Amino acid sequence: MFRWLRDHGVIERNVVLMGVLTLLTVSIGGLVQIVPLFAVETTIERVQGMRPYTPLEQMGRNIYVREGCYLCHSQMIRPFRDELERYGHFSLAAESMYDHPFQWGSKRTGPDLARVGGRYSDDWHAAHLRSPRAVVPASIMPPYSFLDRPLDYDRVADHLRALRAVGVPYSDEMVANAKADLEAQARPDADATGFNARYARARQGAFDGDPARITEMDALIAYLQMLGTLVDFRDVTPAQLRQQ
Amino acid sequence: MAATATAGHYAPASSPVYVEGPIRAFAIATAFWGVVGFLVGVVIALQLAFPLLNLDLEWTSFGRLRPVHTSAVIFAFGGNALFLTSLFIVQRTCRARLFGGDDMGWFLFWGYQFFIVMAALGYVLGITQSKEYAEPEWYVDLWLTLVWVVYLIAFGGTIMRREEPHIYVANWFFLAFIITVALLHIGNNISIPISLGSSHSYSATPGVQGAMIQWWYGHNAVGFFLTAGFLGMMYYLIPKQADRPVYSYRLSIVHFWTLIFLYIWAGPHHLHYTALPDWAQTLGMVFSVMLWMPSWGGMINGLMTLSGAWDKLRTNPALRFSVAALGFYGMSTFEGPVMSIKAVNGLSHYTDWTIGHVHSGAMGWVGFITFGALYYLFPVLWKKKSIWSERLISWHFWIATLGIVFYISAMWVSGIMQGLMWRAFDELGFLQYSFVETVEALHPYYVIRALGGVLYLAGGLIMAFNLWKTVTEGEAAEPAPRLVPAHAVAAE
Repeated sequence: MFRWLRDHGVIERNVVLMGVLTLLTVSIGGLVQIVPLFAVETTIERVQGMRPYTPLEQMGRNIYVREGCYLCHSQMIRPFRDELERYGHFSLAAESMYDHPFQWGSKRTGPDLARVGGRYSDDWHAAHLRSPRAVVPASIMPPYSFLDRPLDYDRVADHLRALRAVGVPYSDEMVANAKADLEAQARPDADATGFNARYARARQGAFDGDPARITEMDALIAYLQMLGTLVDFRDVTPAQLRQQ
Repeated sequence: MAATATAGHYAPASSPVYVEGPIRAFAIATAFWGVVGFLVGVVIALQLAFPLLNLDLEWTSFGRLRPVHTSAVIFAFGGNALFLTSLFIVQRTCRARLFGGDDMGWFLFWGYQFFIVMAALGYVLGITQSKEYAEPEWYVDLWLTLVWVVYLIAFGGTIMRREEPHIYVANWFFLAFIITVALLHIGNNISIPISLGSSHSYSATPGVQGAMIQWWYGHNAVGFFLTAGFLGMMYYLIPKQADRPVYSYRLSIVHFWTLIFLYIWAGPHHLHYTALPDWAQTLGMVFSVMLWMPSWGGMINGLMTLSGAWDKLRTNPALRFSVAALGFYGMSTFEGPVMSIKAVNGLSHYTDWTIGHVHSGAMGWVGFITFGALYYLFPVLWKKKSIWSERLISWHFWIATLGIVFYISAMWVSGIMQGLMWRAFDELGFLQYSFVETVEALHPYYVIRALGGVLYLAGGLIMAFNLWKTVTEGEAAEPAPRLVPAHAVAAE
């Protein structure tokens, strides 16, 4: 049965052969699991409502990444009864189709945030981020009061351009207006006609409570407040959710 | 150089036939980064128990320090241990000087330390691409790619110039580790920077595809960085210290090919019940369960090598570390397949159970096999008779073991409790616990876990002290005649 093992000596005497065979052996699993995800169209459910992040939301997302929020908060609701009750409809692949990189997370030291958008007021988020235990006494979250500093968004158009290069459908108009759109979203009294036309279901607001300054807090709260709000599940049929 | 080389194949032990300088540096770096990594681990464990320790500063918040801990233990401690042992072992088992000589060795040493420091600085400053265990940004990734290619050349080149007809089994595992980590590193880190002057980049793959690629990488960072490479270490250290040949040559072959074939499929078990399509999750589960077999095959091959030499455990405390490491390896490679079963994973995922599982592997297997290697290699590399204090090795062993027991049992309890609390409904059909109630319930276990970490760190400090004393005050070994390649002697 193990006769072939006797010929293993050939491999053991030739490092190049051994290296090539190793590379082939370790490539198979990855190819089988990864390639179909790009090739099979139903991997991404066919639902309405997804759009690229607004410039302010994307900058907020970058802060979320920078601070390692994903290390304690998942953004991936599983199809369990308790998670439905606690967090809402299970997460779809479509809902992270514009996420570079994904933020599904792997640990819930804090609650899932996939549908946190709209659950709390902007004021709640600002107070909670500045001092979590002032709002939730038993929380073990670090305080993020340092986010009340000006947001650096001079190069936001470059960010949109890089995202477009990896496949996010930002139009030329979106890139050209990136800075103006960011400012329009963070200032509730600004004219938002163009902004609203470019980004459906995006909300203007003085997210950190101060409309005069655009801070990192503004960006992060704008991001948190849109999480999970784009797909309207009242319009979704089970057939649309079927993956291959 | 070695003017005193004697006739024939024999040279004094001090003869610099093998490259040793950079390897000694890797040995020191392993011990140093180990202590640093354990220390940061203790800090972040305490932050979870006492959030005031985040200090209200951006650079010291949990979210920024956690990658410092994981990278310090995996890439700094584990990585330096892999460089140390692979470059030491490949020269001995091939009876050949390191390809590229001292220069290549020193480039690898400083190049790799530079990678570690650049990565850690980035995390503290908030520069991360947020892929777990692949957090460094694009410029650090490019640098590591360069260092890794040089590593492959140095390692493969040394095998090419070997005096032995066969490539020893330890080197199969090291080779597979180097090749596969290169593949994973490049595959998972493809991204587009905002500009060449910006540290920020966007990952090439979005959402579900990005998640699959990340965990194809992430699980095989465990499989190839923390397993295959360390198995190479095991296949040299245990036979060497037990003074017995490897138990079964056939088992080595079956172990090697099945392990590397199956491991790569296991990634999707990190994504059970997510938006990853079911077929991929099922593949991940099935292969993860199958992976139990080669894992235990390797453990059995290592343990059976000790047949007839078990008494050495009483007299050789370094061997005790290597053997206990195999025990922990067996335990965590059984726990892993269990947790990859979807029904179990539904409870364990997102909880501390995963953290406990990782640490039984990391502290018990990777840590202990490395400690065994350091205790074995320090006297060899510094030409000492033995480690300065065997009693301190025993102290290290028992303190660290106790630390692991505290750690993993606290995480089992907190993880399973948290999973059960999340899914508990009261008699009226409402969720029984709010999220923050589950957080409160975990506090005592977070304190116990931190205590376990403190013990493990204390063990590391004892080791560092003992190794330091060995180098500075250890009794010199007698210059015994030693077999060296004839051409190497002739070349001197």
